[in-house]
Amino acid sequence: MTLLKPDVGRAIGWAALAALVVLALFGLWGAPPDDVQGDAQRLMYLHVPAAWIAYLAFAVTAIASALWLWPRTRSMVWDRIAGASAELGVLFTALTLLLGSLWGRPVWGVWWAWDARLVTTAVLLFLYIGYLALRRVPAAPDTRAKRCAIAALIAFVDVPIVHFSVTWWRTLHQEATVFDPELKANIHGVMAFTLWWGVLAFSLLYVYLLDRRYRLEALEEDLEAKELEQAIAERVAGAGTSAARPQEEVPVA
Amino acid sequence: MNLGHEVALVAGKDLRIERRARVTLQQILPFGAIVLLLFAFALDPDRGVLRRVAPGLFWVAVLLALLLAVSRSFTIEIENGARDALRLSGLDPAAIFLGKAAAIAVQLAILEALLAIGVVVLFDVALSSVGVLVLATVVATVGLAATGTLYGVLAAGLRMRETLVPVLLLPVVAPVLLGATRAWEAAIDGPASDAWPWIGVLGVFAVLAVGAGMLAFGPLLEEA
Repeated sequence: MTLLKPDVGRAIGWAALAALVVLALFGLWGAPPDDVQGDAQRLMYLHVPAAWIAYLAFAVTAIASALWLWPRTRSMVWDRIAGASAELGVLFTALTLLLGSLWGRPVWGVWWAWDARLVTTAVLLFLYIGYLALRRVPAAPDTRAKRCAIAALIAFVDVPIVHFSVTWWRTLHQEATVFDPELKANIHGVMAFTLWWGVLAFSLLYVYLLDRRYRLEALEEDLEAKELEQAIAERVAGAGTSAARPQEEVPVA
Repeated sequence: MNLGHEVALVAGKDLRIERRARVTLQQILPFGAIVLLLFAFALDPDRGVLRRVAPGLFWVAVLLALLLAVSRSFTIEIENGARDALRLSGLDPAAIFLGKAAAIAVQLAILEALLAIGVVVLFDVALSSVGVLVLATVVATVGLAATGTLYGVLAAGLRMRETLVPVLLLPVVAPVLLGATRAWEAAIDGPASDAWPWIGVLGVFAVLAVGAGMLAFGPLLEEA
């Protein structure tokens, strides 16, 4: 019922925790403060990995949805992975926006800017909040899986169009944005290491959480099936006391 | 029966129901008009703000009306087991999709024409480059109607569909709002040639939405 073997899952959990502790040490003390941005730049060690995981999570959702729709690979495994990954994607997208906002206030002077990447990320967040809402609508597992898989793929196709139109919209109006790829190339070795370490730590965290969420989903489905069986059994037993003598093991179909 | 005939059949059915019930005309259109009026209350009408932002307000009003039109389009399939009849009719699901989308598009187009008059009268906008304006509107409407129909069938038969459709549909059609608004701005204010790239974006969106709808409508209708 789990995605990974329990031992492996636990090991990844501990590794993620250790990696996050190391990230905290490097992010807060190990890396030097930024020349221009000062200590605020340290938020980047969380912001960038969170954004990376968000994109990864949505890509995983799209791939898992496609695999569910493909008849030869159809399995509830993919549906559970898609749902679990979308949830993590929403979590990490929200985290990305929140951290970016906290960083933007001291550095840009504003909580929010109508930068193309920001707007795209915000639309992305809402697209998948909608997807999660759809997942919560009760239905037969197969029906729900099909509906959600199609919705996930539409959302995934929409993302590049949103990104393209928003980028175009912003560049038609204002030339330069705050992000300049040229400036980013030159960063201190320890800072680069911390950034990459952050990506590694968050990736481990993602795998760990995905595994846990998958297991939870499977357990929930199990519980639902058990409750249904129990309800049927009770109904049958109830019928037994009122009716004269029912046969044992009434076939339920 | 070929595809075109089947599409016309389904679209004709939906439009005939509308002609008799007049829900779009008597409920959705007044709703769109009141939205325009509320925008004027919210934004001081005397400072020229309204005129400057008129294209955006127009398209927001259209998007809100789209939500109602989609909801209506699938409400008419609930009564008397009409959805089952549609499923059993033997019509190509792609044709049902195109037919329902076409009916929504026609109703939206009428709505847009009347709301555009409202924008001209209430917001003091002078429409110029009408050809570009109409083209952008038609292409945007095709994209909106196709996406709306797709999400309509996705949520059809669900208990929470009234609240689910807006949260699913609005983020997806965000590029249409953006593209149509910029195209309108270019046609009204700037050089009309600035509108062409946006019409291109709207066109790509419309093609993808129609394609996705034709593929996905069948499986979704089965489950609805």
